[in-house]
Amino acid sequence: MALTTDEVRSIAHLARIGLDEARLSELATDLSTVLELVEQMNSVDTTGVEPMAHPGSSGLRLRADAVTEENRREALQAPAPSAEDGYFLVPRVIE
Amino acid sequence: MSWEVVIGLEIHAQLATQSKIFSGASTAFGAEPNTQACAVDLGLPGVLPVMNAAAVEMAVKFALATDAEIGRTSVFARKNYFYPDLPKGYQISQMALPIVGEGKVAVMQSDGTEKVVGLTRAHLEEDAGKSVHDQFSDATGIDLNRAGTPLLEIVSEPDMRSSAEAVAYARQIHSLVRYIDICDGNMQEGSFRCDANVSIRQKGDTELGTRTEIKNVNSFRFLERAIEFEIERQIDVVEGGGTVVQETRLYDADKDETRSMRSKEEANDYRYFPDPDLPPLIVEESFIDSVRQGMPELPQARRTRFVESLGLPAADAAALTVDRQTADFFEATLDESFKPRLAANWMTGELFARMNKEDVSLDAVPVTAEQVKGMLIRMQDGTISAKTGKQVFDELWNGAASADAVIADKGLKQISDTGAIEAMVDEVLAANPGQVEEYRGGKDKLMSFFVGQVMRASKGKANPAQLNDLLKKKLEG
Amino acid sequence: MSTELHTLTLAGMQSAMQAGEVSSRELVDHSLQRIEAVNPEINAFLQVDTDGARQAADAADAVRSAGHAGPLTGLPMAHKDIFCTEGLKTTCGSRMLENFVAPYNATVVDRLNQAGMVMVGKANMDEFAMGSSNENSYFGAVGNPWNPEFVPGGSSGGSAAAVAARLVPAATATDTGGSIRQPAAFCGITGIKPTYGRVSRYGMIAFASSLDQGGVVAATAEDCALMLTAMSGFDERDSTSADVAVPDFSAGLNESIKGLRIGLPAQYFGNGLDAAVGDAVHAAVKELEALGAIVSEVELPNQHLCIPAYYVVAPAEASSNLSRFDGVRFGHRCDNPADLEDLYKRSRGEGFGAEVVRRIMIGTYTLSTGYYDAYYKKAQQIRRLISDDFDKAFESVDVVLGPTTPTTAFKRGAKTDDPVAMYLNDLYTVSANLSGLPGLSMPCGLVDGLPVGVQLVGRAFDEARILSVAHQFQQVTDWHQKMPASV
Ligand SMILES: [Mg+2]
Ligand SMILES: [Zn+2]
Repeated sequence: MALTTDEVRSIAHLARIGLDEARLSELATDLSTVLELVEQMNSVDTTGVEPMAHPGSSGLRLRADAVTEENRREALQAPAPSAEDGYFLVPRVIE
Repeated sequence: MSWEVVIGLEIHAQLATQSKIFSGASTAFGAEPNTQACAVDLGLPGVLPVMNAAAVEMAVKFALATDAEIGRTSVFARKNYFYPDLPKGYQISQMALPIVGEGKVAVMQSDGTEKVVGLTRAHLEEDAGKSVHDQFSDATGIDLNRAGTPLLEIVSEPDMRSSAEAVAYARQIHSLVRYIDICDGNMQEGSFRCDANVSIRQKGDTELGTRTEIKNVNSFRFLERAIEFEIERQIDVVEGGGTVVQETRLYDADKDETRSMRSKEEANDYRYFPDPDLPPLIVEESFIDSVRQGMPELPQARRTRFVESLGLPAADAAALTVDRQTADFFEATLDESFKPRLAANWMTGELFARMNKEDVSLDAVPVTAEQVKGMLIRMQDGTISAKTGKQVFDELWNGAASADAVIADKGLKQISDTGAIEAMVDEVLAANPGQVEEYRGGKDKLMSFFVGQVMRASKGKANPAQLNDLLKKKLEG
Repeated sequence: MSTELHTLTLAGMQSAMQAGEVSSRELVDHSLQRIEAVNPEINAFLQVDTDGARQAADAADAVRSAGHAGPLTGLPMAHKDIFCTEGLKTTCGSRMLENFVAPYNATVVDRLNQAGMVMVGKANMDEFAMGSSNENSYFGAVGNPWNPEFVPGGSSGGSAAAVAARLVPAATATDTGGSIRQPAAFCGITGIKPTYGRVSRYGMIAFASSLDQGGVVAATAEDCALMLTAMSGFDERDSTSADVAVPDFSAGLNESIKGLRIGLPAQYFGNGLDAAVGDAVHAAVKELEALGAIVSEVELPNQHLCIPAYYVVAPAEASSNLSRFDGVRFGHRCDNPADLEDLYKRSRGEGFGAEVVRRIMIGTYTLSTGYYDAYYKKAQQIRRLISDDFDKAFESVDVVLGPTTPTTAFKRGAKTDDPVAMYLNDLYTVSANLSGLPGLSMPCGLVDGLPVGVQLVGRAFDEARILSVAHQFQQVTDWHQKMPASV
């Protein structure tokens, strides 16, 4: 399946990645090539095959409901590009 | 034209766990921003989710309470979208295989009839954080304390046909989740939030009309008004020749209207897929059994028991099982020395009236069930009259230790000594010969005059039944 | 000790310390000196923790004097820069995390610290572990110590080059589609990707969560066994961590392989395999037969679908895993964002390199409405077929053997413009990730002065077996002792 630049633009928007026109058209070529590769999957009939999301067969392990974390705001917020009064800051969002 | 309204609800009930659904951070409400958001809640690089057993248990409890299928294998999926209060860029939720499948709930409507509403599913998911817009002059603040709080999203069938039915259903779920102790139901704090899907169609149509979704309504009153507004709006649109657009709308309580949130809509493609960090959740039969053991008696069963074995009228039974706390309070006031009906009358009469007057809920009532029980015992054994009971209750409300203490302190003990009452009756009759003459001449109404006089003489403590008997005997005999 | 200290294996250093011939501090200082001298040429290290390493070495020596040394106490090593290290930068090879200092350690880091190993620094890698040549690092490509004009493989290229150049005797690494085994093969060393779930992923920055697995690269299988024993085991912080007992992998190394059944999949020796590489692998098979192994052919009929399925599953998971890099709580944020969308788009556009963008885009597309069934679900069904093929093969053999890579290392820049050609490097390695099985690569020859690797794939949680096969092979061959001329 060959992708158009417009399709690539809308994928880039879904992924929130800013790309200029030149890169969008470059990616249209690259992604089309990759899709051609992955479409080799269509050479096999997989009707009725159970999809496999995880290796291994064990079920989800459950944790006891207990508070084990204490407040580490200072350390955890240290890598934040912008924080004030304990909040992470982003450009004003209008709702 | 005659329109039929079709309503389905999605309710987000915050599960009453101590810690978050995928981390060991506290879920307590009201902490300083980001002090209850650990590395997992913040979605820092490399950290991983680990599922909370209590959230699974609570979802299973809900399934048992709604006669729903339990997904023996359920799968956590990622719902991908970007928003600053969604730290990982995806919400862990359930999509194709939820933990709770189809169920049903019997809803008691305002006219006393019952309507069964179908439940499509209920699934576990994590809550997002909170955006704060008014704290900073040109920025939005993000508080992730709420991120990762466990939610049970309860999805109904589009079975409701009016705003009143929708609210009755929401109230029923609200009552139920508190009954089975999986949600505190606090709507101000956002522990119980409703989304309403509303559409209209012409009566007789079987196809559903285009629906709009009203998001995040946090009171029953607003829910009713939001739906009412939306119904009117849709009818206006269609009757004006337009078509209803499928969209998300927000209810503005100040303006009492819903308005489009199209800005948030823009071509969402959530790209759900199974979360590779979380293997499938397998619920074993033995786990379900152990949850079943711990289930409280459900409201419906309790209501029936109140009628059938306690002999209460249906209306009282319904009023006393409106929530678990009320029913528990009621049962704690019972004593074998009196009929349950005495306690039921007292609660539905005096207690509810007082709560109404003071505008308090049961957990703010300053009188314990134990204190009420002590008072009812004294009413039953004749120590005090029903009227004095009101005075005792008043004192208990104002901090008195017990009915017995009030009776002793205030000297409220009823006079049930026949000799003493007889002496007072004689005195009153002797002092009012004219009225005695008139009564005997046929003026029956004067009976209350004599009762009043004797009561005054006894300072209200004469046993009214004995007093009546004696008066009748003396006047007619 | 002589100046040849760095040519010792991990086990050799351990014996030397036990014999009192050398201290941890001397080993670590020697490693630091070599890094200073050699790293500018190969760029295997992104960061060197000179002070921290010296302190840890001194502490290890004190532990040894007190008589409490364990098998790994005082041994120098490096961590791939994908493992979070508290107080030290963890970049994942990306501009996005150029200045990121994690407020926690990865479980692997904690475990090796507790075992007394001394980390000298963080190893270079393809950005977010996406790549097969280590040319995708924001901090520059890594040179292959055998010939710096050639790539070391990837994504654990820094780890492999550091060991091959004998800057450290061992390093941690991660493998999502071959990222331990392929660079091990290209650099002439031994590397093991354990069974999915054997090593905790906590604190290991995710690329594709259902495929990622931490492991180790070192000169020998014996060294891999030493370190893997300490790294492995159940971790309650990782829901995919396996609650399976961990044997002492060193203990089983000397088991004879007489009677061991080795399966050669015809599909591993067909089109695309360089003839000289194939010859080297066949020669290795002969050695193993001489040791008593019984060789037969096995079928992996869906082998040709591994790469297509992998390039759906891995990018899909990556597109979601990398959404958290949004410039809000950590990581790169663009200057003066105009609004939220601008913040997201420029921060991510600037922070991610070309290959990462490519994979996020593929993953976003294949998961989107209308394409999920055709791509993602289809890939998962093929994943099941591939896994079933291995189950079937393991009914008749104990180990599956083949080349690790179709060719030896290629020249830098040779494949940077052709993503699909680059992806085919992982032709023989991705199946072990898709099925979750343990895989090991060890050196088995040299072609035009560049190493060749042979791959062993075992049953789930049967790392002990492939390690012992490799160790037995290394007892009778010397490919693992060959070093680049510069060493
Ligand atoms: Mg939801
Ligand atoms: Zn040396």
